[in-house]
Amino acid sequence: MGDALQGLVDLLSPLTLLLVLVGTVAGMAIGAMPGLSATMGLALLVPFTFAMDPGAGLVLLGAFYMGAIYGGSFTAILVNAPGTPSSIATAFEGYRMTKQGRSEEAIVAATLGSVVGGLVGVLFLLFLAPPLADFSLRFGPQEYFWVAIFGLTIIIGMSTGSVLKGLVGGALGVLLGTVGIAPVGGDVRFTFGEPSLQGGVPLVPALIGLFTVPEVLKLIARRSREFEVQPGAEAESRHWTRMTTDLLRKPVNLVRSSVIGALIGILPGAGGSVANLVAYNEAKRASKERHKYGHGAVEGVVAAESANNATVGGGFIPTLTLGVPGTPPDAIVLGVLLLQGLRPGADLFTQSGDLVYTFAFALALSALMMAPVGLLAGRALQRGVVLLPARYLAPAIAVTSIVGAYAIRSSVIDVAIMVVLGVLAYFLGRVGVGVAPIVLGLVLGPIAERGLVQGLLVSTDHALPWLTFFTRPLSIVLILMCVAGIVWPMIQNRKQAVVTEMVAEAEKDRA
Amino acid sequence: MIRQRALAIALVPAAVLGLAACSGGGGEFPSKRIDYILPFDPGGESDITARLQQQPLEEVLGESVSISYKPGAGGALGWSELTRSRPDGYTVMGCNIPHIILQPMLRDDAGYETKAIKPVYFFQSTPNALVVKADSEFETLEDFVAAAKEKPGGLSVGGSGDFSANHIGTLQFADAAGIEVSYTPFDGTGAAVPALLGGHVDALMTYTPQIDALGDQVRPLAIMAEEPMEGVDAPTFAEEGYDLADGAYRGVCVQEDTPQEIVDTLAESFAAVNEDPALVEDFKAQAFNLENYDPAQSLELIDARTQEYTALLDKLGMLG
Repeated sequence: MGDALQGLVDLLSPLTLLLVLVGTVAGMAIGAMPGLSATMGLALLVPFTFAMDPGAGLVLLGAFYMGAIYGGSFTAILVNAPGTPSSIATAFEGYRMTKQGRSEEAIVAATLGSVVGGLVGVLFLLFLAPPLADFSLRFGPQEYFWVAIFGLTIIIGMSTGSVLKGLVGGALGVLLGTVGIAPVGGDVRFTFGEPSLQGGVPLVPALIGLFTVPEVLKLIARRSREFEVQPGAEAESRHWTRMTTDLLRKPVNLVRSSVIGALIGILPGAGGSVANLVAYNEAKRASKERHKYGHGAVEGVVAAESANNATVGGGFIPTLTLGVPGTPPDAIVLGVLLLQGLRPGADLFTQSGDLVYTFAFALALSALMMAPVGLLAGRALQRGVVLLPARYLAPAIAVTSIVGAYAIRSSVIDVAIMVVLGVLAYFLGRVGVGVAPIVLGLVLGPIAERGLVQGLLVSTDHALPWLTFFTRPLSIVLILMCVAGIVWPMIQNRKQAVVTEMVAEAEKDRA
Repeated sequence: MIRQRALAIALVPAAVLGLAACSGGGGEFPSKRIDYILPFDPGGESDITARLQQQPLEEVLGESVSISYKPGAGGALGWSELTRSRPDGYTVMGCNIPHIILQPMLRDDAGYETKAIKPVYFFQSTPNALVVKADSEFETLEDFVAAAKEKPGGLSVGGSGDFSANHIGTLQFADAAGIEVSYTPFDGTGAAVPALLGGHVDALMTYTPQIDALGDQVRPLAIMAEEPMEGVDAPTFAEEGYDLADGAYRGVCVQEDTPQEIVDTLAESFAAVNEDPALVEDFKAQAFNLENYDPAQSLELIDARTQEYTALLDKLGMLG
């Protein structure tokens, strides 16, 4: 308790408060740029922390990370370009809301979700770190395999039109994920003799290509934006305080998504990119208004954004207690900790407790600061984008996309990959294959493959190594979740079909 | 006529490049920013090393040094790009042994040849270390070997990636001890750790800094260092009767046609940085070994390791 107080006192110095503000704002700016990831931004900040006290340096990095994860939502909502893989699901609903002229509502929802999610993640870090870290260790390769499969079942629920087309997209994504050096075994696959493809299909350029390029093409083809045609001025005229209170009336979704985010953040290797998708899917499954999903459901934005900001606090649990980074940006924070002579482990909480508490409180404060900063900057950005005529917007998005794809590792090949996938996505979209299943396959396929092969390799002492995938208790739980993930949406779809049929029948009767 | 013109077109840039190289070699190098590129993701040992070097390096060179990342294919993506970069010494790339030896040796087409990248200086190493969980039944290396002999192939050893120092270290150890273990590659040093702590693998072949970072959660059985290491409570493999000393060596390389004077200037700068007291202190805090291999010694190191690995992999039938 004394440590917590000391931590709070250390945080309340003017310099530390300033660092939190600077970190949050800078993180938001970097996160909003497609191609500039939280990881890269943090790496750039590291040399600055050398000159600081351990506490101040960590505060800056933590605030930056929190802001960057939130910043990714802006471009996802406004131009369908997820700034980080953590905002994939945000783009699903957020951009559709933008098309309906409800972008301000989406930004407010993302802000609220991020603030609550960030705070919930910090609560987990403060109160549940040691038991949760122990729990996360029970996930072996077999469990990672099933987590990835569970993620892939989202495709079934997402394919409102045709499950088959959804599966085609998912398979295509998994196939794209196999390009390059095999994660286990080291074989070179599908590079067609081109050495630069050895690194595989990089995620961020692929995201920009799949999500953003088709929108640019559509803008050019139509020479106008869709949402000028759709009248949606009524929703836009509400004040943001009204939007917030409306959202707060449904706290279940907020809390559930935040908890999902914090829990998935604890699993090293899964992180924000998986958390936002799972939370989105669970929100949809639990919702009474499932039909709104895919057509601009504000709850979807809330779910995705609260989950990804909750992974920040969750991810620091294994980082600080075990010395195992929960997410890629955590690896950088871990490096700085070690550099400052701080050893992660249960001792860190007892020996340098004040420092840990300052850090956790700084994360919480950063989450709170996102509200005013986000509502000001986010809505200003939103107005700017909405007012920009299509003839300026299309080239502006195109240039940002190209720069973003290039920036991630200064590679022209990545730009080419982005363009090729973008054009492909545009034509696939015309035949009804959406990008969402492709992205799911690309993100989750490699996790599943790694889990599968590693699970077989670590079980060589069993007569039948593959049996371990079905006998471990945690695996069985995950398998049941997968089955539910497949069956549940099918039942719901059938119910819906019955209802639609009944309505049709009734109308026929009336006629 | 056409051929002449083509020749002229080909010669002009070559001449310009030659001039640039000459002026660069004429004592003026460096005269602009140096790009220090890492072929890995930020956050790893190479990144930390580079970040520690950045400031002292700028002071020694008198020019700014910008660090960027070109990750992919375990470093191969960056190294194949290095072979296509300009040989002017302004593009310096982090390179690791054994990666730059094993990738071209074992992949059909790694995109580069080991000899096509020119070592400048190897300044850091992290020896391999065999660690088990703190509550493991294996108290000593002997226990581990005995258990492995009892059930051949039944013990699993995790490590960082395929054909990494951890992988080749596991192969060397298994060969020397006459045992068979199942090596499982993970996605980097950090990703392998939860598999050990959660009991999903029996042991981890990792790097010595992890012993310190993981503290009392793990027990080191032996380290592949030449000498016992300060602050590491574990014997060397040599002390346990296995003549093995290897690990990951980190250095920087340039394109193979870079003039020798420029390489020497860079090597001297990295040598000077290695004497910076703050850097020495920080290396110690990270449990990094300071190394000083100048360009010639680096080549010898690469040659010696190449022969060792070729012999081992040939014996194991892993060379196609």
